[in-house]
Amino acid sequence: MITLTDIHKSFGSKQVLRGVDLHIPRGESMVIIGGSGTGKSVTLKCVLGLVTPDQGRIEVDGQNAARAERDTFLARFGMLFQGGALFDSMPVWQNVAFRLLRGSLKRPRAEAREIAVEKLRRVGLSPDVADLFPAELSGGMQKRVGLARAIAAEPEIIFFDEPTTGLDPIMAGVINELIREIVVEMGVTAMTITHDMSSVRAIADKVAMLHDGVIKWSGPVADMDASGDPYLDQFIHGRAEGPIASVR
Amino acid sequence: MTVVITPLALFGRWALALLAAIGRIALFAGQTVAHIVKPPFYRREFTSALLHIGYLSLPVVGMTTFFTGGALALQIFAGGARFSAEAVVPQIVAIGMVRELGPVLVGLMIAARVTSSIAAELATMRVTEQIDALVTLSTHPMKYLTVPRVLAATLVMPLLVGVGDVIGIMGGFLVGTERLGFNGATYLQNTVEFLQLNDVVTSLIKGAVFGFIAATMGCYYGLNSGLGAQGVGRATKASVVAASVLILAANFILTGVFFSI
Repeated sequence: MITLTDIHKSFGSKQVLRGVDLHIPRGESMVIIGGSGTGKSVTLKCVLGLVTPDQGRIEVDGQNAARAERDTFLARFGMLFQGGALFDSMPVWQNVAFRLLRGSLKRPRAEAREIAVEKLRRVGLSPDVADLFPAELSGGMQKRVGLARAIAAEPEIIFFDEPTTGLDPIMAGVINELIREIVVEMGVTAMTITHDMSSVRAIADKVAMLHDGVIKWSGPVADMDASGDPYLDQFIHGRAEGPIASVR
Repeated sequence: MTVVITPLALFGRWALALLAAIGRIALFAGQTVAHIVKPPFYRREFTSALLHIGYLSLPVVGMTTFFTGGALALQIFAGGARFSAEAVVPQIVAIGMVRELGPVLVGLMIAARVTSSIAAELATMRVTEQIDALVTLSTHPMKYLTVPRVLAATLVMPLLVGVGDVIGIMGGFLVGTERLGFNGATYLQNTVEFLQLNDVVTSLIKGAVFGFIAATMGCYYGLNSGLGAQGVGRATKASVVAASVLILAANFILTGVFFSI
């Protein structure tokens, strides 16, 4: 469904992506892992058009992402941002129903609110959260609201950017479980970027490891532990020694 | 040779960077205008911007122009006394406030209050990925964030300037009648008779231009801010400085255009 071919991206003299090739079939949950600064977020942003690749081609269902009509193209996506990226000037329900209150998916206000409350319930939040503002919520609740916003318009594809960063292990487990449930229940194609191995094991059907601007290894999550790839082994076991140089 | 070339190279780099910045800002302003006329138009955001930029700025505009009008009356009276021209206080306060001080002071106060707030808000949105979130939610940041603010500032600033002009003249009137011994009716009559429609219209046009500049600078620097708290701080500072300088430059140009002899 999503195919990245030979994606290159540099920022000034820093070459972040040096030829990323990746294919995510429909209905599959792909998790991209890799150290900080390896270009995971940039890869994801390239697909969404938030960052323009210097070279390469991105296709969604065979359609060139660069030439697609933006609104129609983006209407297929939902995205959970690392920090939630909730709009702090509006209450939670308006955040969740943002897409349903304007644009091509616009619904009557009461109906949009009803859908928002239903989505909040789906991610484990009570209806009284709907009228609070994002600043009044804990980190875990903000992630849940972000998740509710990502699924509000029933997208075909959902991206999760570091979904458990900044959460305690229990809350991280809850969010991982929620993501897995939602991905299976909605039958969506999911792309997650993380360096949290518990997230990888909970969410992924397939895993791709990004290092030095290219995909070093990719395969089913079940094959990850026995891959024999020195880069992947070092990363998943969190070893300081290995081919991935660490800054001390 | 190096002693000559190094400063020249530095000046060249500075000049190129300045021209590039002017080009980017001009392009941004042009895109903003283009987006104003293209749907969708976010009415709720526009109304909210009208309230924040217009109504909530009234206290600061009122106080600034009131005290300036009063001080202007005192200055003109004291200055006029040197050549027995104390009686011109109402006329000079009126023309000074309406043609020059009203629009400029209101413009600068809006730059301080509104430009800074827009830049800080949008820069924080950028740092916290809210701008990216807008894009992924199929909403153009320019249409959703920039157009309502710029349009609201452009439309509401003439009203603020008009209110500022009146309050400034009232400041002069109060000082003139309570402190300098002017007769109230005569003061008002002199003010009204001396002012021309052209003075008022140009004052309001200046207001619209300054409003456009103030909001555009806030949006430009906010949307193009660097990352982190430092990025937000820099964007806010740069937006206020740019807006203030551009307002003063635009005032000079507009004054030249409207009142060239």
